[in-house]
Amino acid sequence: MLGTSAGQRWRRAGALAAAGLMAVTLAACGGGDEADASTVTVTFRQFGDDHVQENFLKAAKAEFEQARPGTTIDLQPIIASNDDYPTKLQLQMRSPRTSPDLVYEDTFLINSDIEAGYLRPLDDYIAAWPDWTNFEDTAKNAGRALDGKTYGIPTGTDTRGVWFNKEILAKAGLPADWQPANWNDLLTAARTIKATVPGVIPLSIYAGATLGEASSMQGFEMLLYGTGDTLYDHGAQKWVVGSQGFRDALQFIQTVYSEGLGATPQQVLTTDWNNTVGQEQIPQGKVAIAVEGSWLSNKWGEGGANPWPQWSTVMGWTAMPTQNGQAPGKVSMSGGWTWAIPQNADNPDLAWEFSKMLNDKAHQLKFAIDEVQIPVRKDVAADPTYAAANPSNEFFASLVPITTYRPAYAQYPRVSKEIQVASESVITGNADAAGAAQRYDDQVRAIAGDAVIVASGS
Amino acid sequence: MSTLTAGTGRGARRAPAPASLLRGLPLAPAVVLLVLFLGYPVVYCIWTAFTDMKLTGASGYEFVGFDNFTRAFTSAEFHQSALLTVAFTVMSAIIGQNVLGMVLALLMRSGHRVVRAIVSAIVIGAWVLPEVVAGYLWTALLGDGGSLNGLLTAVGLPAQNWLFTAPILAVSIANIWRGTAFSMLVYSAALSEVPKEIEEAARVDGAGTWRRLFSVTLPMVRRSIATNLMLITLQTLSVFGLIWTMTRGGPSNQSATLPIYAYQQAFQFGDLGYGTALALVLLLIGGVFSLVYLRALRLGESMS
Repeated sequence: MLGTSAGQRWRRAGALAAAGLMAVTLAACGGGDEADASTVTVTFRQFGDDHVQENFLKAAKAEFEQARPGTTIDLQPIIASNDDYPTKLQLQMRSPRTSPDLVYEDTFLINSDIEAGYLRPLDDYIAAWPDWTNFEDTAKNAGRALDGKTYGIPTGTDTRGVWFNKEILAKAGLPADWQPANWNDLLTAARTIKATVPGVIPLSIYAGATLGEASSMQGFEMLLYGTGDTLYDHGAQKWVVGSQGFRDALQFIQTVYSEGLGATPQQVLTTDWNNTVGQEQIPQGKVAIAVEGSWLSNKWGEGGANPWPQWSTVMGWTAMPTQNGQAPGKVSMSGGWTWAIPQNADNPDLAWEFSKMLNDKAHQLKFAIDEVQIPVRKDVAADPTYAAANPSNEFFASLVPITTYRPAYAQYPRVSKEIQVASESVITGNADAAGAAQRYDDQVRAIAGDAVIVASGS
Repeated sequence: MSTLTAGTGRGARRAPAPASLLRGLPLAPAVVLLVLFLGYPVVYCIWTAFTDMKLTGASGYEFVGFDNFTRAFTSAEFHQSALLTVAFTVMSAIIGQNVLGMVLALLMRSGHRVVRAIVSAIVIGAWVLPEVVAGYLWTALLGDGGSLNGLLTAVGLPAQNWLFTAPILAVSIANIWRGTAFSMLVYSAALSEVPKEIEEAARVDGAGTWRRLFSVTLPMVRRSIATNLMLITLQTLSVFGLIWTMTRGGPSNQSATLPIYAYQQAFQFGDLGYGTALALVLLLIGGVFSLVYLRALRLGESMS
């Protein structure tokens, strides 16, 4: 029987339900600020105690905000290990609510992220930007995808070689102008140092998954690309499996770690071990020889993580030799970073304006000097203040003609991860070089499907 | 109402009257909230596990059926990870926390008030610490230049390297240290409910200490044991922070239990679909454990 009481009950229930729904919708719409048309959020990576990039961006922010009153540059560093920065960045870019407006993207990741739809093409902006003609063509390629569009503006590039501590080498009876001609020279030097100078790491070369790309590139690829074999066959457009060079490179890493010529596996599997090496171990004279990047000394300048004025007299540098000294006798890998604008950016136009400022001649010159990068703008490279700023600049820039760029296609980050897994399994003794290489081949087949080619002569 | 189906043993339920529908109506907002904030993510997760969604390298994704699960069940890495998960759970929860918690609770029953207070404070202190802090403490203790090696070498013993040589053991020990308090509290509460007279009677009948423990005391708290086992098993299956801070699942995945392995696949290898499928498998493992415990509990009840 529906009396008035039931009617009232209905009404009351209805009111309650409505109130509840209101609460739900409010809760669902809450959180997250409305996009502010005058704010650009900028995401970049903070390397340990290194504040060079942060200081550079802070100065640029002040300049930009002064030139355009009413605008705000919101700097949002991601303080993360090598391995976690890309993950965090991708998760941010996935949602319009959390996406930054301008991001610092490693060139090894850019194609993968373009493929994922995270970034927007910059061609329309670039068309109205005369500065673009000043950029080196190879550098332009780093931010260009297979669709021919450009998605990132390169900020600088780098090369890699061998750094050594002259004082330790002298104790081991090696000359100050030491120049290894092949892998064997490296191993011989490391064995000599191990025997004569206890308590130092004879040869630092990265391996394992914890260090992320540093381990793939400064470690494994510096070896692989000195064997004549490659990761990717650009002619056939396929990933290479089963190459002898791959096994040889793993074998070299295994030799270094199993003979105790390098860091211990525990050390190299610590998060940010590469920062520890650059910021602490090398300045403290605990590393004799290190396969490292051209930017290494940026940690030792003013504002770097660990200022070390004597570095230029203590340290020497030379090229990484090829496996048996085959032509061109030296090998280097190159990468670099770009500024890119996410697909989900709230404020792409203003982000571009800020990026234009970061990438003009004056700022790129300052960045190249402070961050110890190899310039990607011809006018910066030609500027005499660049070469004069750092004694190692000239040498590392001279490696550009023989350097190799990674096959940074969409699958590269996943292939790179498998390289790290392979090198980790040989240093921990979980697998021998052949077994680890076999596993890598299987994984690459799973990742790339048909786009795989078996290396010739294997 | 429809005709009754005879022989089911249950009477047919009456259709709910409009009045009781009305009574349920105020629940609607809560139900909507639950569906929105819990139901949607759960369904989305289950859906993701059946797709090839990627974190990077591909924009679209498609339904791939049971591919992710087939891939898991045929992969050696997954087998190792599942094995490590079970080993970690058995070692640190079912044996470690459970037995140690019971022992502490039993000892504290007969302990002096002051001793009880001190022991409780220490054990619960370990439990109150955040996972990450506990992880760093144990890394500082067990690490290469850690305090344990300092002690060992000081007394002339060889240094240990468990974080590297037996990582799953190292994280299990840390997890026992961290989680024992929970079991201890549950068992202390359960034991305080056991009537003293029954134990007295057993003693008068000539039962020794062990006999009293296994024939009288433990059977009386068996429901608490089953409940506690279920809770700590589920907690331990999903431990992430402790292992991540101590070993990051390494070296070479030697301590990568399923939560770590799923995280790596989803966020480091960018394989969201596969990672989510692994998480679902973990959920199923937890479900199986729970069913076993529930069944044991029911069997125990019917026996009494």
